[in-house]
Amino acid sequence: MPVIAIDGLVKSFGAVRALDGLNLQVEAGEVHGFLGPNGSGKSTTIRVLLGLLRGDAGQVRLLDGDPWRDAVTLHRRLAYVPGDVNLWPNLSGGEAIDLFGALRGGLDQRRRDELLERFDLDPTKKCRAYSKGNRQKVAIVAAFASEVELYVLDEPTSGLDPLMEAVFQEEVRRLTGNGATVLLSSHVLAEVEALCDRVSIIRAGRTVESGSLSELRHLARTTVTVETVRPLTGVAELPGVHEVRAVDGRVRLEVEPEHLDALLAHLIRFEVRALVSAPPTLEELFLRHYDGADDGQVVADRGAEPAQ
Amino acid sequence: MSAFTGTGRLARLVLRRDRIKLGAWLLGTPLLGFALAGSVIEFYPDEAARLSYADTALTSVVARAFNGPIFNADLGSIVVAEAYLTLTLLAALVSTFAVVRHTRQNEETGRAELLGAAVVGRHALLTAPLLVVVGANVAAALLLGLAFAAAGLPLAGSLAAAGAVGGVGVAFTAVAAVTAQLTVTSRGANALAAAAIGVAFLLRAAGDVLGERDGLQLVSAWPSWLSPLGWGNQVRAFGVERWWVLGLPVVLLVGATLAAFGLARRRDLGAGLLSDRRGPARAAAGLLSPSGLLWRLHRGSLVGWSVAVVILGVSMGFAADEVNDVIAENPAAAELIAAMGGGVDDLVDAFLAAMLGVFALVIGAYVVQALLRTRADESGGVLEAVLATAVGRVRWLATQVVGAALGAAVLVLLAGLATGLGYGLAAGDPGRWALHLGGAGLLQLPALLVVTGLVTALLGLVPRWSVSLSWAVLIGFLLLGQLGAALDLPQAVLNLSPYTHVPAVPAVEVTVLPLVLLTAVAGALLAAGLVGFRRRDVPS
Repeated sequence: MPVIAIDGLVKSFGAVRALDGLNLQVEAGEVHGFLGPNGSGKSTTIRVLLGLLRGDAGQVRLLDGDPWRDAVTLHRRLAYVPGDVNLWPNLSGGEAIDLFGALRGGLDQRRRDELLERFDLDPTKKCRAYSKGNRQKVAIVAAFASEVELYVLDEPTSGLDPLMEAVFQEEVRRLTGNGATVLLSSHVLAEVEALCDRVSIIRAGRTVESGSLSELRHLARTTVTVETVRPLTGVAELPGVHEVRAVDGRVRLEVEPEHLDALLAHLIRFEVRALVSAPPTLEELFLRHYDGADDGQVVADRGAEPAQ
Repeated sequence: MSAFTGTGRLARLVLRRDRIKLGAWLLGTPLLGFALAGSVIEFYPDEAARLSYADTALTSVVARAFNGPIFNADLGSIVVAEAYLTLTLLAALVSTFAVVRHTRQNEETGRAELLGAAVVGRHALLTAPLLVVVGANVAAALLLGLAFAAAGLPLAGSLAAAGAVGGVGVAFTAVAAVTAQLTVTSRGANALAAAAIGVAFLLRAAGDVLGERDGLQLVSAWPSWLSPLGWGNQVRAFGVERWWVLGLPVVLLVGATLAAFGLARRRDLGAGLLSDRRGPARAAAGLLSPSGLLWRLHRGSLVGWSVAVVILGVSMGFAADEVNDVIAENPAAAELIAAMGGGVDDLVDAFLAAMLGVFALVIGAYVVQALLRTRADESGGVLEAVLATAVGRVRWLATQVVGAALGAAVLVLLAGLATGLGYGLAAGDPGRWALHLGGAGLLQLPALLVVTGLVTALLGLVPRWSVSLSWAVLIGFLLLGQLGAALDLPQAVLNLSPYTHVPAVPAVEVTVLPLVLLTAVAGALLAAGLVGFRRRDVPS
């Protein structure tokens, strides 16, 4: 039974179609990366999952319940860290943490103190005096100190420094070590690579890719740089080979993984002197989807991306 | 690059952001002045009525405290006495809010950081809004002067009176320029400036109460000269005008601006001079629920309102004891009070009932601002985080509604008790009067419940319009209540306001049916609002 199962979710704001048949499947115990360019509908999806917005069409199941109808009972079993943390300016950070914990149905005091220590957060400061990063820490501590089944994190670390980012990753691993599920919306690719078991990439309100990172890599091209004794010819005509360029007497090209074998067979005939083959970096992988310039999955209407 | 580089551009930005608010101010001030002058002119048609008014204004302690001094017994002087407090409070508050909105609020939200990083001089961020707000005060004063003249008052006096109002606006523009440097929040800066307005009022009132009568003039005592509100009076519009007094706000403006520049040089962007106190590391058990949070967020404002209501209530109670003297010789005023107070012959009862009605109208503003906090939380994003916890929407909004209604109940009860106490202290038997009017105050609660219901319905059904519509409806009720009787509006129109249906106790007997019906209407509106809130998107 998946923790989150969204099928064909549609949500419009007036004339703008923010979600346009989105699918998302998150299994129990995994850290699921939720990626997409700004305005692609990540926060809208999360708000639907939290029962804040009501979807126009499609199926949404959360912890085997209806996120709209069963909002209150489901919310006892999840914790949420919003992307843009706003707090009550005249409450102290400690008060805000305790309040969120209590409204959610309880908080592990020992964990709370431990997390305050680990995230180096002063709970006596007034919320208005916190920086963006410290406001995020308040929300993270309040969420992580609650023992729940699902953590919904919407760009939780965009204001954290690298040291705190490391603490954050350790704490997320501790959550999943205890069997919890995490939905992590993030732009920090290193964080996604370090934490996520599977990722879903969305664009303009649609899911364009979903799977484990190695599966996604497999779909992307490998970059090959080769130096041959005899001048290399005929590569550009091979199937699955793109972007052939001569650089410093070598040839650099991109090849789709399933055509790598045929390429190598071709290269051998020109006496290979040096060869470097690099799998796609995560960045290339995402840019391919974010940018969408040269693949068949480009969503037609970029103007339809809502401003969030 | 000078310290003022970019001031012109920033001033245009201020004008662009505030074009509607400024327009309403520039249009509303002369319209209000014209309407107030018109009603006074209608009220005091002959010399005898004016002399009797002047006599009361010069002798009555309450009249001196609230209406200020007069310097002649002509129509213009009466207009100033009747309209000065309203017009100057309006100018002072609008100026304060405008200055803080474009200074401290910009720093609080981080907009000032963006602007300050551009090619903008150190002092441009403060100078630009000051230029606009001072300019708007001058323009509003000119239009107000023309409006007074158009209503039939002498031109010189009209301009002097309007200049006095503009001067008060400029003076509190200056005050706000300083308070915006002191606190970290715009709320705090506004509250400090509002406190300064309150002190200015008390000083002016003290100076005028302690002043000496000289023929048809009141020579105010020295405390009036310490107050920007007093300066406006000391221009002596419609008496022998002393134009040089209009220079005092300008001197204050220059001094305060230089002081604000000095303060701004000594602090970081976004920081204040009054630093934030630390809070507890752990929440007290009482905070940990929606109602606990509600109390924490609203207690300060409720205490402030309570103090204001008690002070005003006791003053009004004292004033009631003088009603017979003031009104006896002015049939038009007597008729108005009788109409507002339920159309009875006993003027004191009518006055007391009318005052309770006015309190209930003003306390409506407490209800509106308390409930609209939900909308602010929604726009700010914190509501989303709350509703993502195990707190249901209906429970959340219902908590806010109950809180606002309980606050309103406390305030109308206090208003009644304080008014009764004041009257009892002046006329005898304070204990009985306090209880009597306390009960009468509570009878206003059903009308306030209708206001509560209306705002809730707007929040639930038309969230985007809830802020402007809520205030518009309340102002509509206020106008119906205050002008309805004077303008002889048809009963069907007056019936639109819930306040019309509250029996004017103590002037008339209690009737239960209208109270039950009002409560039922309130209940229906609340239900509609809660259902709407449960069904709609958040945020929307």
